Amino acid sequence: MERPRILEVERLAVELPKAADRVHAVEDVSLHVDSGEIVCVVGESGSGKSVTAYSVMGLLPPGQLTPVAGSIRLEGEELLGAKPRRLRELRGDRMAMVFQEPMTALNPVVRCGDQIDEVLRLHTRLDRKERHARILDILAQVHLPDPKRIAAAFPHQLSGGQRQRIMIAMALVLEPALLICDEPTTALDVTTQAQILRLVRELQEAHGTGVLFITHDFGVVAEIAHRVVVMEKGRIVESGTTEAILTRPQEPYTRMLIDAVPTLEPRPPLERGGTKVLSTERLEKTYQTGGFFRRGTAVHAVKGVDLRVDAGEIVGIVGESGSGKSTVARCIARLIEPTGGIVRLKDADLAQLKGRALRRHRRRVQIIFQDPYRSLNPRRTIGASLIEGPINYGETAEAAMAKARELLGFVGVDPNAIDRYPHQFSGGQRQRICIARALILEPELLIADEAVSALDVSVQAQVLRLLETIRERLGLAVLFITHDLRVAAQVCDRILVMRSGEVVETGPTAEVFAAPKHPYTKELFDAAPGRSWQFAKLAS
Amino acid sequence: MLGFLLRRIAATIPVLLMVAVFVFLMLRLTPGDPAAIIAGDNATPQQIVEIRERLGLEEPLHVQFAIWGGNLLRGDLGQSYFFRQPVTSLIAQRIEPTFSLAAVTIVITVLVAVPLGTLAAYRHGSWLDKFVMGFSVAGFSVPVFVVGYILIYVFAVELRWLPVQGFVSIREGFWPFMERMIMPATALAVIYIALIARMTRASVLEVLGEDYVRTARAKGQGEFKVLVNHALRNAAVPIVTVIGVGIALLIGGVVVTESVFNIPGLGRLTVNAVLARDYPTIQGVILLFSFLYVLINLLIDIAYLFLDPRIRY
Repeated sequence: MERPRILEVERLAVELPKAADRVHAVEDVSLHVDSGEIVCVVGESGSGKSVTAYSVMGLLPPGQLTPVAGSIRLEGEELLGAKPRRLRELRGDRMAMVFQEPMTALNPVVRCGDQIDEVLRLHTRLDRKERHARILDILAQVHLPDPKRIAAAFPHQLSGGQRQRIMIAMALVLEPALLICDEPTTALDVTTQAQILRLVRELQEAHGTGVLFITHDFGVVAEIAHRVVVMEKGRIVESGTTEAILTRPQEPYTRMLIDAVPTLEPRPPLERGGTKVLSTERLEKTYQTGGFFRRGTAVHAVKGVDLRVDAGEIVGIVGESGSGKSTVARCIARLIEPTGGIVRLKDADLAQLKGRALRRHRRRVQIIFQDPYRSLNPRRTIGASLIEGPINYGETAEAAMAKARELLGFVGVDPNAIDRYPHQFSGGQRQRICIARALILEPELLIADEAVSALDVSVQAQVLRLLETIRERLGLAVLFITHDLRVAAQVCDRILVMRSGEVVETGPTAEVFAAPKHPYTKELFDAAPGRSWQFAKLAS
Repeated sequence: MLGFLLRRIAATIPVLLMVAVFVFLMLRLTPGDPAAIIAGDNATPQQIVEIRERLGLEEPLHVQFAIWGGNLLRGDLGQSYFFRQPVTSLIAQRIEPTFSLAAVTIVITVLVAVPLGTLAAYRHGSWLDKFVMGFSVAGFSVPVFVVGYILIYVFAVELRWLPVQGFVSIREGFWPFMERMIMPATALAVIYIALIARMTRASVLEVLGEDYVRTARAKGQGEFKVLVNHALRNAAVPIVTVIGVGIALLIGGVVVTESVFNIPGLGRLTVNAVLARDYPTIQGVILLFSFLYVLINLLIDIAYLFLDPRIRY
């Protein structure tokens, strides 16, 4: 049966501003989405996949990105050159979009129900009562518990997954013909990601919606796509059915993207035993709220965590948002003060040190943060950022600078770029710079706090390899915090699974992966995207 | 909510108490006889004796404070021997012109500055944006009396559209009131428009880059409502803060304006009281202003609660 065509993009070209490194953001892009079909557009950052999506919605930043050729037809109606008024009528009604960052995509000062209501008020003539019924109905459809309460809640009162459900409800409340999802699960935990992907598929099937799904992760593609379009540097390099692309990719770029998806195969266990670098005993962190005039409540973020990291070993802490894994990292790095327990770094207990005594130990533990876009000062050259630490510990600027150049080379960034500013680098390069900044202090323990979570899978694989090299060449002890079991499998010798501030399972990675004991660990395994397909590949 | 209000109001008490102690000590720590200082230069010995008895100046300091504080709580700020009137009634007479001027100034400021700043942010980089930025620099640089005299010269002397100066209460009709209020309020508003327009521009500009503004557009919302319902509402907290601080500063700013436009308000009362070293009146004005500052801050804090649901104390 021929399905009606929802979206038809033909030979689309979008021009970049004059100063950019290429003329077109996208060029000669043709793709289509039929009713009831999910088409994934896959590519790395800068491949033009988001520009394509924003072109369809008519949401490109005016004056910066301009469609200059081609055509975009939504249910047969040409969108390029359509009047702004007509585009506004179509947006939210016939085509809708779900964005990457659910934490910031909702207006923080408007109740969730009212934000959905805005769509209904704009595009329908329903009265208040009917609109209210529609809102409760769509909230129930996206499986939010207690729709009445959720409708009255403000975004900050909901979790990331719940907020993304609100976004999906908002997008689908008028049953648009086309739904565009721009990396809707990239910012979410794996288990939440699995739920959201399931939800998108369920609703799309129920309503016959055509979906254009943007992602950089072939794991997600394997979960959700009917057809795949692979983009590189603004052009389509390959397209076909999911089955065909995954099993018989023609282009090396596609193959590279597929290979970059981390498998759930754990690395072989580490043979040599190093000396103990870090251990914690009954580490506790309790947050006390309240103040002068009112009663406080206590939140136990970390409850009695024991862990140990040896030299030359990478130990992973795996858990979701709110599990306390980052709090453990911050207690060990003494960015925050533990409320109980011991943090032993070789011979010294760092847990309760203060002031000068703490400062002496600070260089021994260095941390790499999640978001390389925000963890480098945008107004300082990377050189200045790199040498700040050594200078604080008494080195001369020249010596520090020489070391900085050497380390940049080591992490794979051109040492001659030392006078550039962070915005002149890509996300992957910035994370390499952050790693260099951590290494320049010659720490004994390196903490990577979700250090690859904000990166594309292909870049992720490179940064993971770099961490591996660091461990081998420098024999560092590495504590690796992640929410993604697949990533943990690539690099960790041992893992701890954390939930609600407690360690629920621990052991050598291979053992935990072969026979997970705790139900929560099993849940994490089931949520890894592309899991079923990974097994298919192994079998072939 | 109610709990917050009570806590927040309770928190103002120590502040007010500190001001009261400061004002009380101001006289007691000045060298010389406080009674003689209060009575002023032309007082009779009889008056000085009366003051001494009334304030209990023979008693220890804390008893004096109790007497003084008790009078204060009853609304008795003492007697101005310079103006030959109770300070309370002096202030009461002058409060209306000053508050009228402040209110009209704030209304003009908000009506002009917020839309101007918002549009400048929306049309970032356009001639309108450059005009607003230029105006802000100019507005900060030109003193209020210069603007005042230019307005008087143009609209009162040359065009004869408005009376030169003076004050008429709003009870005698809106137009006669506004006729005399519009120029001083405009003169005074210039600097606040400059300040608040810039603040609004910066705040809205930041918010316009937020993801939820993009979400609103993706829903098909029109640009005007995107600006007002989504951008401005989120940009409101810093803007309201500056408006609040502006109101507080305004009370200082009225002094010059009231002199230029011959308005019988608190500003001129303060000037006259300082020149005459009329301590009871100075004390009264300080207490009143401090009370207003505290009140305005309280109102700003309450406004935050309505503007941003994430703020909970």
